[in-house]
Amino acid sequence: MTDFHHQQTAHCESGAVAALLRHNGLELSEPMVFGLSSALTYAYIPLVKMGGMPLLAYRMPPGRIIRGLGKRLDIRFRFERFRKPEAGTRALDRHLDAGHPVGLQASVYWLPYFPENMRFHFNAHNLVAYDREGSDYLISDPTFEHPVRADRNALQRARFVKGMLAPKGVIYYPEQLPQTADIAGAVPEAIRATANMMLRTPLPFIGVRGIRYVARHLERLSPGNEHHNRLLIGHMVRMQEEIGTGGAGFRFLFASFLQESAGLLSRDELSAAADQFTDAGDEWRRFALYAAKMLKGRSEMDYGKLAEQLRTVADMEQQGYQQLLDLNLR
Amino acid sequence: MKVDDVPQDDARSFEGQRKALYARNENGEYTTALSSGWEAEEVVLEQALEEYSRFARQARQRVNEGLTSPLEYHMYAHRMDITLLAQATGLFRWQVRRHLRPAVFNRLTDRKLRRYQEAFQMTVDQLRTLPAEQNGQDD
Repeated sequence: MTDFHHQQTAHCESGAVAALLRHNGLELSEPMVFGLSSALTYAYIPLVKMGGMPLLAYRMPPGRIIRGLGKRLDIRFRFERFRKPEAGTRALDRHLDAGHPVGLQASVYWLPYFPENMRFHFNAHNLVAYDREGSDYLISDPTFEHPVRADRNALQRARFVKGMLAPKGVIYYPEQLPQTADIAGAVPEAIRATANMMLRTPLPFIGVRGIRYVARHLERLSPGNEHHNRLLIGHMVRMQEEIGTGGAGFRFLFASFLQESAGLLSRDELSAAADQFTDAGDEWRRFALYAAKMLKGRSEMDYGKLAEQLRTVADMEQQGYQQLLDLNLR
Repeated sequence: MKVDDVPQDDARSFEGQRKALYARNENGEYTTALSSGWEAEEVVLEQALEEYSRFARQARQRVNEGLTSPLEYHMYAHRMDITLLAQATGLFRWQVRRHLRPAVFNRLTDRKLRRYQEAFQMTVDQLRTLPAEQNGQDD
């Protein structure tokens, strides 16, 4: 029986990576994993539709955390992908029987342990399989409180769905860990990358400009299209809060990373920046609250008010990233 | 967000589970706190689910009127749309759209049907019929 320590985290990918590293002897908190891989973002891409709704992201695309952290800390992750589902299952069995827990990507919809109302066709959920028992796999799903189980057929199905972000049965694990990881040394570059992306990406729908872009879009929504508008606003709140974000579209997770970094680097200014992003996160939550009240009919639908709230968020975040760049960390 | 402000609204959709959020303790230090759900989140989740249910209900009616194939019902009951179903089956969207026509659906080859069987994890018989009403499939 493989001894694996299950720990619940907010986000699946940062949680799975942190768990695999911890199992292999490198202790990193989830916020550290998230922050070091520069995973925070804001992107609104109306051209890409998911279930008829524009793509809206508060973090970088799936896979970024694993690869980003690997790059920053010089950790080599190995990825195995399979064409035949049976081959993927056999490979998984071999890893587990050798006592090696591995990371897997799977579709939320087909994982049997998800509550019915949480099942959507998101194909890039991350989890760790650490052992098997009879026809069941023992799974440490980072977004669940306790370890869970999935039977052979269900897990194979979930790992080999087709479509956007198809997992292709991917199995991943750290292949080589550095003797000593220079975590403090990796922080400045990680912070700079995030701040630059949020302030300087030359596209109007990415970063802080993206938040303002969406604010403008909300203001211009045609009242005649109310059903669609309501769906769009609901979609925004779901992406922000529901998808394992740790609250406020990963902003609290990022603030926690800054706070931990303040200690590592002995820079109090990073604590001040953590406060700034906590406040920004609170404003994101207020946006969600206003939106939910309007959708529920407890207050009048007011696109202008929602846009105004988004601009408040954008201003606070802009200050935050500028604060971080002005620190000239190295 | 402070730990004391972490919502504990016992969301029905959580089925007793709790999720981890990041919040600050009384000293201002970040920690994870468990939440049993937030009403604001529940509102938007129910909205998204209701949209699929509404489409499934409408499809059921059109199937009964002979205007569309059961495929359309199954698609929405599985929280998919044409784009998603096309991706999940490896078919083109126009093909899926065509298969929604009862006359075309009834003549589908076994090979094409197998793609839908796999995408929905259903038998051919299930695929060709509608489940009884109010058995949770419409959810």
